[in-house]
Amino acid sequence: MIINQLTIHEAHRLLGARQLSSVELTKARLERSRQVEPRVHALVAITDELALKQAQKADELIARGNTHPLTGIPVVIKDNMCTKGIPTTCSSRMLENFVPPYDATVVERLNGYNAVIIGKGNMDEFAMGSSTEHSAFFATHNPWDLSRVPGGSSGGSAVAVAAGETIYALGSDTGGSIRQPAGFCSVTGLKPTYGRVSRYGLVAFASSLDQIGPLTKDVADCALVLNAIAGYDSRDSTSVPYPTPDYTQCLTADLNGLRIGIPKEYFVEGMQVEVEKAIRAAINKLEELGARVEWEVSLPHTPYALAAYYIIAPSEASANLARYDGVKYGFSYTDTDSMWKALEKTRQFGFGDEVKRRIMLGTYALSAGYYDAYYLKAQKVRTLIRREFDQAFEKFDALVTPTSPTVPFKIGEKVDDPLQMYLSDVCTLPINIAGLPAISIPAGFGDGLPIGMQIISKPFGEETILKIAYAYEQATEWHKRRASI
Amino acid sequence: MNFETIIGLEVHAQLLTKSKMFCRCSADYASAPPNTHVCPVCLGMPGVLPTINQQAVEYTIMTALALSCTVPDYTKFDRKNYPYPDLMKGYQISQSDAPFGHRGWLTIETNGEKKRIGIANVHLEEDVAKLIHRISPDGESYSLVDVNRSGVPLMEIVGEPDLRSPEEARQYLMKLRSILRYLGVSTANMEEGSFRCDANISIRPENSSAPLAKVEVKNMNSFKAVYRALEYEAKRQRRIALEGKKLSQETRGWVEEKGITVAQRSKEYAHDYRYFPEPDLPPLVLNREWVKEIGSKLPELPEARRDRFVAEYNLPPYDANLLTSSKAMADYFEACLKTGVPHSLSSAKRAKMVSNWLSGEFSRLLNATNTEIDNSKVSPEQLCLLLDLVHKASISGTSAKLMFKEMFNSGKLADDIIAQQGLSQISDTGVIEREVMAAIRNNAQAVTDYKAGKRQSLKFLVGQVMRATRGRANPRLVNELLEEKLEEG
Repeated sequence: MIINQLTIHEAHRLLGARQLSSVELTKARLERSRQVEPRVHALVAITDELALKQAQKADELIARGNTHPLTGIPVVIKDNMCTKGIPTTCSSRMLENFVPPYDATVVERLNGYNAVIIGKGNMDEFAMGSSTEHSAFFATHNPWDLSRVPGGSSGGSAVAVAAGETIYALGSDTGGSIRQPAGFCSVTGLKPTYGRVSRYGLVAFASSLDQIGPLTKDVADCALVLNAIAGYDSRDSTSVPYPTPDYTQCLTADLNGLRIGIPKEYFVEGMQVEVEKAIRAAINKLEELGARVEWEVSLPHTPYALAAYYIIAPSEASANLARYDGVKYGFSYTDTDSMWKALEKTRQFGFGDEVKRRIMLGTYALSAGYYDAYYLKAQKVRTLIRREFDQAFEKFDALVTPTSPTVPFKIGEKVDDPLQMYLSDVCTLPINIAGLPAISIPAGFGDGLPIGMQIISKPFGEETILKIAYAYEQATEWHKRRASI
Repeated sequence: MNFETIIGLEVHAQLLTKSKMFCRCSADYASAPPNTHVCPVCLGMPGVLPTINQQAVEYTIMTALALSCTVPDYTKFDRKNYPYPDLMKGYQISQSDAPFGHRGWLTIETNGEKKRIGIANVHLEEDVAKLIHRISPDGESYSLVDVNRSGVPLMEIVGEPDLRSPEEARQYLMKLRSILRYLGVSTANMEEGSFRCDANISIRPENSSAPLAKVEVKNMNSFKAVYRALEYEAKRQRRIALEGKKLSQETRGWVEEKGITVAQRSKEYAHDYRYFPEPDLPPLVLNREWVKEIGSKLPELPEARRDRFVAEYNLPPYDANLLTSSKAMADYFEACLKTGVPHSLSSAKRAKMVSNWLSGEFSRLLNATNTEIDNSKVSPEQLCLLLDLVHKASISGTSAKLMFKEMFNSGKLADDIIAQQGLSQISDTGVIEREVMAAIRNNAQAVTDYKAGKRQSLKFLVGQVMRATRGRANPRLVNELLEEKLEEG
């Protein structure tokens, strides 16, 4: 038994059989973090004291017969989800000292199951980025190649799972921020349907696109975590009051009769050959497993998704980030007598360049005289993209694409070229625009670097996604490979 | 050159809901210590989300319907962006292009003429926190933020520029306040800040279709202030126009102590609020049946009640108008009639008697002491008891006024006052005759005048007798005896 490589379902079995205690499991994670953190920098905070307390309590509950799969299992929470009494920084100077007085709904739910929170995951500042280089504190490194990025913005969460610092993690996905780092780190990452998981307590980047989801070692774990966090929340008016199915029930490895479409627009120009090769091989595998694959599906509005996204997301962000004025919490510039100067300087020094860039983009797009040409137009494009997906899902149960057009790139390679960085999410953005669920699962390697496959379904089609992902996973070995670090 | 004054009013009214607009904090913050009615949501903490207060939506729809607005099938909230320390999120959740109600009206009456004033729209938003500006002992100025008010439901009623004088503006505000109180959706108290008014005022030269520059006037904290500010502003604009100078479009603040308006420095960025649909709140599709049900449950509104008072109680329209302009007054009036006292009067006469008292002595004291009738110490039952005494001529009118004042100030019961002060009427001719003789003796000039045909002097002498008996003498007897004695002498 290699304790660092356990999945949730494996660890749960060992805990139940008393072959392992939560305290042992937790200590092993903390020890692992001590070993690898200096190289990967995945965590902005390690909450060891709290974690051991939670682990002890979990052990007591397990001894009394508590059987929830998440009880006593270590988890890392991306640092944009509020944790009561634990700093929640969004990897920003602005919130470096912000300690929330409340728990996000997802955290409340995990605590309700007596999960063990061992740390907070590093991220691109306010979730704006695709490499975790835009953290105000430090860049996170990819455990498969320390000179490369882990993807972003949930890079810290993905690396913590890939490097064995935690058994699973929560991330958030606004344009690919769970799936792209999952692909880059060879772990499983699901962005649920918009409205499936409560956003209450998730520090908002782009409210109509943000969604919380799991980062796990395999598909079964993904289903277990989704079971725990999905469901209606009266505190989030955009959460949907649909019943939550038991997502483990769809893990049947049977793809017979499932119709899968391959949208050609997702095999973009500039896509790396090894990525395309790996994904085509993976799709062949799905066909082998019984799925009916149609290779030449067209979603012609796809090329406009990126532009629409970079209007809508920054517009919402420009309002969402207006509250950081230095008056109520977080960083505050006080060396002035002028209220307006204090506001200006607080934001000048509190925000990093990428955040400022997006606030300016959004402010511009919403300004009088530009609103119709930008924001309104982008919303119309959004409707067209949504409609196009609706039509596709009349014919197909799922669509399959690469998660990202490239394998992980070098740290520093794109950080000064925002457009190149934005293109890294070209395959994942349209899914958020349409509010759909999608997963990224390990689907091979190119020169030893991970490649992710994205499976997309219609709204609330998580079960279809998990079913396909599970079947593929059971037929392949990619998810079992571990970074040697 | 003659000018026409053009006024449009924007009114903000806090809604009387239990909880705030987007969170569960209590909205009743008036007597709460600073920053005690707060939670992560109304503090605008990172990660929080709003949820809509259904009662506030219902109140807004009620108001929209009462103002004859169209309530659409689809509404939504929008974000209004501007930075200010009283705005916790850096944006206010408001409504821009899909309000709960639009294109309605209310009716005012000036100089006996009815006039319809258009309502552009009725929309719902959240109130902001309160800034308190202080100066420390060593002269440094600083500001405190009280977040209790942040997130209290605020309804904005935007009036069309249909008002043509400060008086019409005053009538409009009184009518609107009355409607909100009849609906029970707001305390609508201007002094307490639950009813706020900004005014847009411009003047238009006769024979011109375009008004001159529009001026927005703010910072008016009472009905009187609105009236005075608009009077001032209308004159100021005329003067500048007549001097041949150019009026500028600007925002001006009313300075109560000086009785003038002054130009305010325009708020930075104030002109571009960058409205966009609030992504945290899905659009609302209003169920037709629900809206209809709200409409059918609307309480009786001032005009309907006035008409009923005329029909049911035979009141002159003037009286009915006066009584129904305030819901509390009309309620009090009807509570009085319910007692059936004085029994011996016909219901129409009783109604008129109560009406006279309410619009006379009672209103005078309410105004003088700045009291609302529902807070008065005199109950309808007690008032009717007093009227009964007057009607039975057990006390004189003058005594009754004195007694009422005592009841009004102390809350004492009518019977107790009579017992204590011996205010019952004197009809003992012996006592009255003694006072009559004294009055004749002490006022020789008046007696001479009377005899010379000056009837006025009789009134003067009656007054002397009434004063000597502290108003208790039966005036009819005093008159009779005086005339008799004067004829004799």
